[in-house]
Amino acid sequence: MFQEIPPGLCLVLSGIIFSIGAIGAITRRNVIVVFMCIELMLNAVNLAFIASGNAFSSMDGSVFVFFIMTVAAVEAAVGLAIFVMVFRLQGTVNADEFNLLKG
Amino acid sequence: MDAIGFKFILFMITALVVIVSSVLMATRKNPIHSALWMIVTFFAMAIIYLLLNAQFIAVAQVMVYAGAIMMLILFVIMMVNMDKGNEEETTKASWSLGKKMAAALLMVILLVELLFGALFYRMTARVGDYPADAVAAAGNAKTVGALLYGQYLFPFEVASILLLIGIVGAVVIAKRNK
Repeated sequence: MFQEIPPGLCLVLSGIIFSIGAIGAITRRNVIVVFMCIELMLNAVNLAFIASGNAFSSMDGSVFVFFIMTVAAVEAAVGLAIFVMVFRLQGTVNADEFNLLKG
Repeated sequence: MDAIGFKFILFMITALVVIVSSVLMATRKNPIHSALWMIVTFFAMAIIYLLLNAQFIAVAQVMVYAGAIMMLILFVIMMVNMDKGNEEETTKASWSLGKKMAAALLMVILLVELLFGALFYRMTARVGDYPADAVAAAGNAKTVGALLYGQYLFPFEVASILLLIGIVGAVVIAKRNK
């Protein structure tokens, strides 16, 4: 039988990916790329769930990841619809030029 | 072939692919290139899920993320960014040096904290009822399905209502109202 991967390594990988996603979400200006970075952070959390579930021989990690994927799919649909609407109103997807709430 | 090291070596290679492709995803100027690197990241992530004995989630990852979500994102990029492909980053020069330094410091602190927690936290959870061999014998998808329709039935139904609301909401928001 194959040896299991140490869970600490998976958690380290998860932390690195989460940091990359956070850096991208803060520094990028294009909202679609920011959105993709947020998806990347969600993926890092999924990885942490799966690694922990595997380490504790529990199935709850997989179930939680399933629900996170559901929320991510809904978020993608609604978020991208909002981007399309804002692009129609403003003509840009640059986060610095969004001022719809300014009254 | 050394069966002990095989899984570990595969994990290391895949982890490297994930890190490199996600860094490329976060740094490319053209959003379409970002989206394509994101797909590479998702596929490599699915391989890691397979290595961690989560076959159902690996397949769902490829179908939901690499299939549905990335297709949606690519569509929207092509709808939205047609004429101004990569003209962004022009306002980035407005970031002062101090602000950049503060952001970098914040990120370094976040990364160190996460790594510290991952490496030195003693996990003390009780060992669950689903060891990898038993799950593999019963079938991973079957086990997840039994949990979803048994213990987690109510959250499952709530998730389906959430999906329905998401569909309706996306159509309502994106509809051109004259």
